Amino acid sequence: MSTGALQLRSRFRAVTDHTVTVLAVVATILVIVPLAVIFAELIYKGVSSLNWDFFTKVPAPEGESGGGMANAIVGSAVLLGLASVIGIPIGIGSGVYLAEFGRGTKLANAVRFTADVLNGVPSIVMGVTAYALIVATHVSFLPFLGHFSALSGGVALGIMMIPTVCRSTEEMLLMVPHAVREAALGLGVPNWRSVLSITVRTASPGIITGCMLAFARVAGETAPLLFTALGNQFWSTSLNEPIAALPLQIFNYASSPYEDQRRMAWAGALVLIVLIVLAVSLVRYVTSRGVLKGNS
Amino acid sequence: MGVSIEVINLNAWYGTNHSLQDINLKMPGNHATALIGPSGCGKSTFVRCLNRMHETNPIARATGTVRIGDLDIYADAKPVEIRRRVGMVFQRPNPFPTMSIYDNVAAGLKLNGYSDHKHLDEIVEKSLKNSALWDEVKDDLRKKSGASLSGGQQQRLCIARALAVDPEVLLMDEPCSALDPVSTSKIEDLIFQLKSQYTIVIVTHNMQQAARVAENTGFFLNGRMVEFDATHKIFTNPSDKRTEDYITGRFG
Amino acid sequence: MTRIRFQQSLEDLKENLLVMAGLAEQAIQRAIEAYRTRDLSICDLVSRSEIAINRMERDIDQSALDLLAMEQPMAIDLRFILSVIKINADLERVGDAAKSISDRVRHMERMGSVELPVDIPRMASMAADMVRRSLQSFIEGDAELARTVLTMDDAVDQMNRSSYKTLTRVMEESSHLAPQALNALMISRSLERVADHATNIAEDVIFWIQGDDVRHHKSVAAGANATPKDASSGAAPTGAAPADTTPAGTAPAQS
Repeated sequence: MSTGALQLRSRFRAVTDHTVTVLAVVATILVIVPLAVIFAELIYKGVSSLNWDFFTKVPAPEGESGGGMANAIVGSAVLLGLASVIGIPIGIGSGVYLAEFGRGTKLANAVRFTADVLNGVPSIVMGVTAYALIVATHVSFLPFLGHFSALSGGVALGIMMIPTVCRSTEEMLLMVPHAVREAALGLGVPNWRSVLSITVRTASPGIITGCMLAFARVAGETAPLLFTALGNQFWSTSLNEPIAALPLQIFNYASSPYEDQRRMAWAGALVLIVLIVLAVSLVRYVTSRGVLKGNS
Repeated sequence: MGVSIEVINLNAWYGTNHSLQDINLKMPGNHATALIGPSGCGKSTFVRCLNRMHETNPIARATGTVRIGDLDIYADAKPVEIRRRVGMVFQRPNPFPTMSIYDNVAAGLKLNGYSDHKHLDEIVEKSLKNSALWDEVKDDLRKKSGASLSGGQQQRLCIARALAVDPEVLLMDEPCSALDPVSTSKIEDLIFQLKSQYTIVIVTHNMQQAARVAENTGFFLNGRMVEFDATHKIFTNPSDKRTEDYITGRFG
Repeated sequence: MTRIRFQQSLEDLKENLLVMAGLAEQAIQRAIEAYRTRDLSICDLVSRSEIAINRMERDIDQSALDLLAMEQPMAIDLRFILSVIKINADLERVGDAAKSISDRVRHMERMGSVELPVDIPRMASMAADMVRRSLQSFIEGDAELARTVLTMDDAVDQMNRSSYKTLTRVMEESSHLAPQALNALMISRSLERVADHATNIAEDVIFWIQGDDVRHHKSVAAGANATPKDASSGAAPTGAAPADTTPAGTAPAQS
């Protein structure tokens, strides 16, 4: 090849290289921009309503201005707590089963299929189902059935968490190298112990990420809560009562005729996102410190 | 103390593949026995039958008698118990990635319910000294993770981990194949010292290694054991032509 | 078949050793011829070939050393190279013996010929035959042929001893014949040495082929230690593999 042709070739390559880099940067910007725009909009519209009252008071009665979303913030926390208590153990447990004990069995395949289907069920259908099973069923000796309640909301959200946690747990466990399991078995550790203490522990960063993904997803769900938790103007005193939740409150206020309630809806949305980010970061921080220390 | 290993009519299958055929062999205690042979000849399968790791594969099975000391490991005991008496070191170093050096060495004991923490420190120190790693890690036992060591150090860590449960036999499946020559030499020297306390079975692709560390050597071919004799005899004047062809590099 | 280059190197080593062997054998033949004919020009040929033999000895040793260092030979290959090194030394000594004989012949030629009651030619031909046989056994890798050489050594030793007795008697009785007798005695001794070297070569061939160290045995029964590899023929053992030997029983463990 002549030097002229060689030079042309390398020129062409350099140009292609630059073009692709530019395209990659543009794509990244296209992804970040909507997120940034949303945040900017939320801050712009909502920050004016953020005050001490917002975080401490319950919504004002019909027609009056002021008040806050304190009960909704606490209510969301309660609902998500319930959902996590239901969804995470079941999700991790089934994920462990799928990856470690049931590989190749018909039951495992059925479970996996069910989880995938459940993932695709619209959240409103979840809500309606929870309504039918818990809110509308009356069994005299079971006090938690038969009415709108925080419990029913927690159950609906919890069930929505299960498929995500289950599948990501399974994936993360399968990624643990076979060599690590063999090392444990070679020491005479029983299989169940090896799975719990070694395999799950090795995969735990990934499993936790899966849990947080599920958490972040259900934190913003509104539709299931419409038929279960229902919402509450005041503080709830028991899990058997309806409870306020941020998404519900935002939904209500956003469609309100009153200007300042609509502004509070923006504030609520901002607070919701910020709280989710804070919760996820807190979990990351706590668990990463644990890993570095090499806890026994 | 090391015990002798006696194998009588051992046969093993992976599904329908008859991977070991009629293996008969006696390996003396407190000696190192090397197993050589071309890829796929069954030597790794054989070694995994000695601590019943072969069975962790769902389509695998084995018949025959394997006696470690006077215990028939297939008839008289469960796999989990056997593996506490017969330790294993694998081809690629596999320390537990989330655990510190200390925890790695102690893992075999802790995961089996051992809780005497005072003695644990002693055991960890003794195991690390026995695997010639103590001096290099004694200041970082709990600070560094097992995976942060170099390849040769990781393998010695795995040896320490295996020794911590105080086995009688140590099985080594090509322990140096992923290591550089200096690390390999260190581990070979180690094997030489360990012989006085344990019985060692080492699978190796490297005939010079077998010659350096083992008193006896067995040659496997196509699932059978073709010849088993003193190492120096195998390498200077083997009885079987197939052995000779293999070690002179005429095939395999 | 793998390690083609290594196999080729072994063949080359054997070739070179055989060339050197040819020189050594030729030197002995010439030395004996010189004794028979008292022809000084043949003595000169022997002296010159000595230089070539010495040079080849160095080259062969170097090649063997390189193969040992670079190729990690095992079993039969290792024994082969060791044997080549030893045979190399013995052949060089045979060359030395040939030169020694030809030097004696020069001396004897100056002194004039006499009849001595010893059969040097017969002893010489036997020694030469031993050399030829041992080299033949090396070429063909024939341990049985090598063993026949071992038995011939006794005869040559016997002839040397009786020459010694005869020639000392001659020197005592006819002192004017002493110089020639002395030379004849030295030639006899050189021939005995040649026979010893031929024996060594044969022992090395047996070690190479069968892995038996048969050195320093008073008398060796032929084919005493047959192993499966005896069924072979040719330069290197080839042939059908023996039946599967599955040793039951304890391995001979060494502490």
